[in-house]
Amino acid sequence: MMTNISYASAFFALIQKEFTQVYQHKADIVNPLIFFVVVITLFPLGLGPEPNLLARIAAGIIWVAALLSTMMGLERVFKADYDDGTIEQLLISSTPFFIYVCAKMVVHWLLTSLPLIILSPVAAYMLHIPTQGFEALMLTLLLGTPILSMIGIIATALTVSLPKSGVLLSLLVLPLYIPVLIFSTSAVDAASMGMAYNGHLAMLAGVMMLSIAVSPFATAAALKININ
Amino acid sequence: MWKWLHPYAKSEKTYQLCGALTPWFSLLAFGLITIGMIWGLLYAPADYQQGDSFRIIYMHVPSAMLSMSVYAAMAIMALVGLVWQIKTADMAVSAIAPVGAVFTAIALFTGAAWGKPMWGAWWVWDARLTSELILLFLYLGVIALYNAFDDKASGGKAAGILALVGVVNLPIIHYSVEWWNTLHQGATITRFDKPLIDSSMLWPLLINLVGFGCFVGAIVCQRLRNEILLREQHRPWVKSIAMKVAGEK
Repeated sequence: MMTNISYASAFFALIQKEFTQVYQHKADIVNPLIFFVVVITLFPLGLGPEPNLLARIAAGIIWVAALLSTMMGLERVFKADYDDGTIEQLLISSTPFFIYVCAKMVVHWLLTSLPLIILSPVAAYMLHIPTQGFEALMLTLLLGTPILSMIGIIATALTVSLPKSGVLLSLLVLPLYIPVLIFSTSAVDAASMGMAYNGHLAMLAGVMMLSIAVSPFATAAALKININ
Repeated sequence: MWKWLHPYAKSEKTYQLCGALTPWFSLLAFGLITIGMIWGLLYAPADYQQGDSFRIIYMHVPSAMLSMSVYAAMAIMALVGLVWQIKTADMAVSAIAPVGAVFTAIALFTGAAWGKPMWGAWWVWDARLTSELILLFLYLGVIALYNAFDDKASGGKAAGILALVGVVNLPIIHYSVEWWNTLHQGATITRFDKPLIDSSMLWPLLINLVGFGCFVGAIVCQRLRNEILLREQHRPWVKSIAMKVAGEK
């Protein structure tokens, strides 16, 4: 029996499968979010509650916290599918493999970054970012977090066959996250000072386009290496 | 050209080529570095501003330039290995990575040692320094990933993909860090942009640069030979080499 389904329906079927899987492990979504909030709370406690100081470093704090919490969920992205042979099945199926990878990336972003973006104004308010910086913070998160998900998933795919990949994963991923961190925080700083920040956003959008173009194929290649 | 290159997809041919090249590279490296270092350290005139401490340039600049070009070479090897599935290219990636990492570390260390008397600080978050540090992290990531795999063939391929992903990031890192600095601190000290140095200082530097390049070539050839022997242990030609060496003893 040979049935050819369209790419779109394959994509949505895979996304549905992801959500069903995640629904059975709800803690995986909530924990990174709690982690994000806790890390942000640590800074005023460690540095003292002085509003000017906090406002000055808030963009960096929120972004570093976002970066770390994005990384928390990465390790399990391909683990279950690798262990139960789903990846092998998809590799030999007629559906192009990058559709599966794209579905993974979309779901990872929806589950780890979207709640974080919704929560970010609260964090920004707690850290005394000037109100004109809120919009910049949310826009940079909106453009930047998909890049984090995509880069992270490439690295996850590279390490999927290794028994303990947690620390290695952070070593691989964090240097690649640095440009996103730099553009985003400088955009928020510029916005807080009332300057134009659309140049920074354009750069972030450019990096995002590059990631969209490259990362599904890099991830697919990385997974194939690990399956052999 | 393709016909000429194609035999080197076979590991045995590459092994022989590297064996033939190593003495030439070593000899050139030894000669040029000796000339360059003696000329640079003893005979080149002292700088009018920095005095004799500028002489660290003869170590610093070649290693800094090589740290970047070695990464480019590694990424090209990774691309060749990935696109044409040539396994000697994958082996080259893992042979090159530690060499590049060491040169990046040397560039950072000599830079810090130079920065202390010149800027009064071992470390400044300057664009150049930061991007060089990130380069070191990228190298370390490639090495760590390669060593994490028990199966060296898939480890080499994985490290190759990471090296390629990193090269996409390299120019971004460079420009973003510059941008980040100009926004925050205005112009920083960019000693790399100073006017062209006098030819009496430049010549030993160029000789050193070529010498260090040959040095890298010699080490990489030797490391690649080791890598080939390690990964091809089960091949008859490796066994026959081992037998011959054992027979000579």
